[in-house]
Amino acid sequence: MITREDVEHISWLASIKIEEQEKDEFVEQFNSILDYFHQLDEVDTENVEPTYRVVDLENVFRDDVACKSLSQEESLRNAPRREEGYFKSPRIV
Amino acid sequence: MLSELKEQLPAGSAVEYLEKLFEKIEKSRLNAFTSLAKESALAQAREFDKSPGKGLLAGVPIAIKECISTKGIETNCSSRILRGYVPPYDAHVIERLKAEGAIVMGKTNMDEFAMGTSTETSAFGPTRNPWDLERVPGGSSGGSAACVAGGEAPCALGSDTGGSVRCPASFCGIVGLKPTYGLVSRFGLVAYANSLEQIGPLTGTVEDTALLMQVIAGHDWRDSTSAKKGFSLEGLKDGVKGLKIGIPKEYFGEGVDGEVEKAVWNAISTLENLGASWQEVSLPHTRYALAAYYVIAMSEASSNLARFDGLRYGLRVGEDQDWHTTFSEIRSQGFGPEVKRRILLGTYALSAGYYGRYYLKALKVRTLIKNDFQNAFKQVDILASPTMPIPAFKIGERINDPLSLYMADVFTVPINLAGVPAVSLPCGFAGHLPVGLQLMGPHFGEAAVLGAAQAFEEATPFHEARPEVI
Amino acid sequence: MEDVIIGLEIHVQLNRLQSKMFCGCSTAYHNSPPNSHTCPVCLGLPGSLPVINRKAVEYGIKVGLALNCRIEEETLFYRKNYYYPDLPKGFQISQYDFPLATQGQIMILGDDGIERDIRINRAHMEEDPGRLVHAGTIDRAKYTMVDYNRCGMALLEIVTEPDLRSPKEARAFLDKLKSILEYLDVFDGSLEGAMRVDANISLKGGDRTEVKNISGFKGVEKALSYEITRQRNLKRRNIKVVQETRHFDEVRNITVSIRSKVEAHDYRYFPECDLAVMRIAPWVPAIREALPELPDAKRQRFVSQYGLTDDHAKSLTSEIKVANFYEFVAGQASPKLAAVWIADVLKGELNYRDRGIDAFRAEHMVEIVDLLEKGRITEDGAVAIIRELLDKGGSPQEIVKSKGLGKAEDETVRKAVKEAVAESAAAVADYKAGSERALNYIVGQVMKKTRGKADAGEVHRLVKEEVDRA
Ligand SMILES: [Mg+2]
Ligand SMILES: [Zn+2]
Repeated sequence: MITREDVEHISWLASIKIEEQEKDEFVEQFNSILDYFHQLDEVDTENVEPTYRVVDLENVFRDDVACKSLSQEESLRNAPRREEGYFKSPRIV
Repeated sequence: MLSELKEQLPAGSAVEYLEKLFEKIEKSRLNAFTSLAKESALAQAREFDKSPGKGLLAGVPIAIKECISTKGIETNCSSRILRGYVPPYDAHVIERLKAEGAIVMGKTNMDEFAMGTSTETSAFGPTRNPWDLERVPGGSSGGSAACVAGGEAPCALGSDTGGSVRCPASFCGIVGLKPTYGLVSRFGLVAYANSLEQIGPLTGTVEDTALLMQVIAGHDWRDSTSAKKGFSLEGLKDGVKGLKIGIPKEYFGEGVDGEVEKAVWNAISTLENLGASWQEVSLPHTRYALAAYYVIAMSEASSNLARFDGLRYGLRVGEDQDWHTTFSEIRSQGFGPEVKRRILLGTYALSAGYYGRYYLKALKVRTLIKNDFQNAFKQVDILASPTMPIPAFKIGERINDPLSLYMADVFTVPINLAGVPAVSLPCGFAGHLPVGLQLMGPHFGEAAVLGAAQAFEEATPFHEARPEVI
Repeated sequence: MEDVIIGLEIHVQLNRLQSKMFCGCSTAYHNSPPNSHTCPVCLGLPGSLPVINRKAVEYGIKVGLALNCRIEEETLFYRKNYYYPDLPKGFQISQYDFPLATQGQIMILGDDGIERDIRINRAHMEEDPGRLVHAGTIDRAKYTMVDYNRCGMALLEIVTEPDLRSPKEARAFLDKLKSILEYLDVFDGSLEGAMRVDANISLKGGDRTEVKNISGFKGVEKALSYEITRQRNLKRRNIKVVQETRHFDEVRNITVSIRSKVEAHDYRYFPECDLAVMRIAPWVPAIREALPELPDAKRQRFVSQYGLTDDHAKSLTSEIKVANFYEFVAGQASPKLAAVWIADVLKGELNYRDRGIDAFRAEHMVEIVDLLEKGRITEDGAVAIIRELLDKGGSPQEIVKSKGLGKAEDETVRKAVKEAVAESAAAVADYKAGSERALNYIVGQVMKKTRGKADAGEVHRLVKEEVDRA
């Protein structure tokens, strides 16, 4: 069972603010969805390897060659806030 | 058909054709497009009219799903958080299209970040089904399917994470292919669930889908999961004589609309009459596919969508406070409810103490599902089923019940879990609404799947039916 | 410091690579405008995908082997999910289970004067985040500016066991590590931000704190000393040390708590499926074969091959450039004399001027050692030449001439000896009568005649010869 506190913690981990009035709704929805997910518990997966990648590829590399980068102007073009060639970020502390 | 269009264009005018499309789109009530690239498209068309190129798609306009990066054209995944973002680069598929002379005419509406089955979660409002404006076009590539079905574009690209090309193709009565994972480069495709998704064509005919595949498939070193394989048209017209078709029993019966099931069985009979044989097979873990799919997709999404924080691109709201407060506020305002739901649940599924129960468990079930397909393809060449258990539903009907919406993906998600190819093509009607037939093949078995689809299409009139959109 | 427990996590930039870890951006971003060495991949633009730099992995294996680690047969990348403004994707591509290298050790000189092994827990590959520039100090800045030029640089994170007992030992470890990395030619420690250290410190029985992101070895010593004092004082006042992350303020030379909710670490690691696994076992033998001679081995060889003292050998091998410099000189002049003059004199003069061995030409050192060996210059003269070369340039020969540093020519000395003996009949008689000391008077006369430029020992020998002959 997911609780209100769980929802608050996940919201913090996921960096998405949840309004007070949304919390109960999320708790209810999450529990019904997780309930559905719990049918996975029925499956016997002992000795079954997980499939992370659906096609077996290994050793895919590029050579150590430097290519052209974007210009500073191109890099910053989409930035909502910038200053002197930097992206402007909210303060750290 | 693109082949006819390609013949007509040099004789007539690409500009004229394109202008007609733009005119139609501007009057349209489908809401299939989010933006039109009029200027660049018309410039390209003028260029073509001056000297028609020889590319496979020379002069052919194409509509592109919002989540495929287009240099200089806004790419926002139908999300508020990405409004105004203009990529400085083209996706691999866009490079290939341009190299073959295709003209990017605009971007199409989708469920926000491809999370949906109905194109209702878009920040631009829902797209309407050209067969019935009260109904959804399917999703998440609803805009791409609707514009092709509604005659607003000759062809389109979509992306398919759990059915997002096949579902709208089915609901809109056109052809849509989800290629084998790795056949088409994902470079430039904004990720939703990166281990599941592929870019695929949405077209009026099987031949057109094959033509687009010829252009967009192939190795790309920038995508480490890209296979060193291409796509060829070989065998497309060889017919289905001797083809063994498997009918997965789990894809029929309970939960499937009666008329849908009837149309699909008729299609199987048609293929039989053309020389194929069929037998029942079992994909025993099908009933767990939906849960496994959603756990994996949500988990990956929670990480893939972490980059949207308003710092380098996209939405930035209000006065900055400390970074965490600011990021949380931006993400809260920028994402719609379904996207938030999936990010939050995915975060939960990966978090300390739950990883084994959800994410890892789902990946193990994925292995079993993949094995199901491998076993089936030891007995048969391809599999056939309905694409969707139901025809297009009404706008607003399911949007407030996430779980019932997820259930609609029951026959499409196993394909993404297994990484195999599947096409949806029109095979009849349920009332006035199109029904899609899904043909699935083994890894890199596109030729077998599209060959059967082509044979079916040649023998049936369904692909010629076009809605009258008012 | 019996009760001090220190473990280090060192982030080493593999900055001898041409390009970043997962994209083709150049590593030569130092002294460039901010955000001028970025691309869709390292900026984390939507749709971009990483591709592994093969050489970065080879370099990682090289370091692993040099640190006496076990190299994993098959290794892979994970996503480490957390938010921070310097992290453009909202996750860092890093390693988790099956890191590249584990269970190594390197030898350092302990505070007790005994050499001992410091155990390496693991070394794993990851990408560097961007650089934050605070307007003022970190805890007072109103906002922060971000430069992603550094972002995506290949990093090796080397984690020690808590085997270090003092700031000085930590320093010795870092010096040794740097020495090894430079021997391997994978690392240039002179570049800003090339090596950054996180230190875990505790007093026996107490909780530990982590001081993050200290740059510079002096910084590490200072931060650790401050932190030990702080913890000791808390202990004396019976206050418990709080387990937390602290930041080293280089300006104020103190550590400050960066208390934030970030403390609740839950990185939700999961495999990065945009990248393939790396089966590196087959690479290892060839890389091991090609490993250069490392500091400890070179030190032993210098002792046995050139007959050096262990102290000199150690001093000459701590930096690869100094070792190469020494071997060049030792190949053309007296190896023992060269060792003394490079280790004891030249290195001191360079240190004093905060310059590296590159500031001095090895050919010049050959000349100087040669002049010393042949008795053409005095030791004081040699020191003066070295200083002049460092401060003003020129060549040893020129400086000898222009500064008159050459010992008197042989002929002049012989002439002066003859004269002095002839003029000192009384002293000669005393000598002949058995007083050795009488010669000193004659030597003094010779020195007077040559204005001190003759070598006193040599003059003594010549005077004795002359008197004995007379
Ligand atoms: Mg690290
Ligand atoms: Zn880059």
